[in-house]
Amino acid sequence: MITVLFNDAPRQLATGETVAELLQELVLPPRGIAVAVNGEVVRRADWASHALSDGDRVDVLTASQGG
Amino acid sequence: MFSLAGAGFTSRLILGTGGASSLHALEQAIIASGTQLVTVALRRIDATEHGLLDLLARLEVRLLPNTAGCYTAADAVRTARLAREAFETDWIKLEVIGDERTRLPDAVELVRAASQLLDDGFVVLPYTTDDPVLARRLADLGCAAVMPAGAPIGSGLGISNPHHIRLIREAVSCPVILDAGIGTASDAALAMELGCDAVMLATAVTRAADPTAMALAMRHAVTAGHLAAQAGRIPRRDYALASTSDSGLVTWT
Repeated sequence: MITVLFNDAPRQLATGETVAELLQELVLPPRGIAVAVNGEVVRRADWASHALSDGDRVDVLTASQGG
Repeated sequence: MFSLAGAGFTSRLILGTGGASSLHALEQAIIASGTQLVTVALRRIDATEHGLLDLLARLEVRLLPNTAGCYTAADAVRTARLAREAFETDWIKLEVIGDERTRLPDAVELVRAASQLLDDGFVVLPYTTDDPVLARRLADLGCAAVMPAGAPIGSGLGISNPHHIRLIREAVSCPVILDAGIGTASDAALAMELGCDAVMLATAVTRAADPTAMALAMRHAVTAGHLAAQAGRIPRRDYALASTSDSGLVTWT
């Protein structure tokens, strides 16, 4: 197991879990999602191959009323 | 037709989605406003109400993501890149604020962020101050429009310095979109009369006592102001110019 900081809260993941696998575990709307790992954008095309590491900071964002 | 970065819009009103009491209230306001372009912010998934994107897709309005809440160029650039991933658009309403109290733009960070985002292929629509020189610098960099503040965001103070808005209109050839400060319909009409191509507002509608009615008022105000600007106003004069001829006037003795 590894522990990542998901939206500021610790979360246990399987070792080698990818961004795509994490997103599958979450209940998410079908569109309008962006992911940053350690402050860097992970492109949609890389979600399936980007494996998370222990201690990673993962932020998952979507649309919010604003502007 | 209002042309922005190669896209055509029949509405010259851009609506922000912030401040609406519910998605239903927002939907009614968007419909009444006739807008075709609305802004959205990017926030953590667990802090957001789901359904906003579905609503906007159903209403067939174009999304304009913003970088609201960013204080540095680095934060704004990161947010813009995330927004591009999330919403599959290169358009970004660039906001880099310098001060929590006024939420006015930080000119230095704004120019830095705009430059980086343009290099990165974004269509940049910067929220800027009412400084004509700064607006020209942003336009010269290649921004698709400039969005000067009429007054601080959400203040409802209207257009503090109409003369500067007019000077901005003269200083740049790209669209000028009055952003922030609008309180009521006459403020939006004035922006258009000053030569702005469009008006962006949120709070004036979403926090009005009757948001749907105010959205309709803004729609008409923007149209009226644009028509008036096109029509050419009469010069101001100190004394009356009779609109009725004295010719044939009966003199009763």
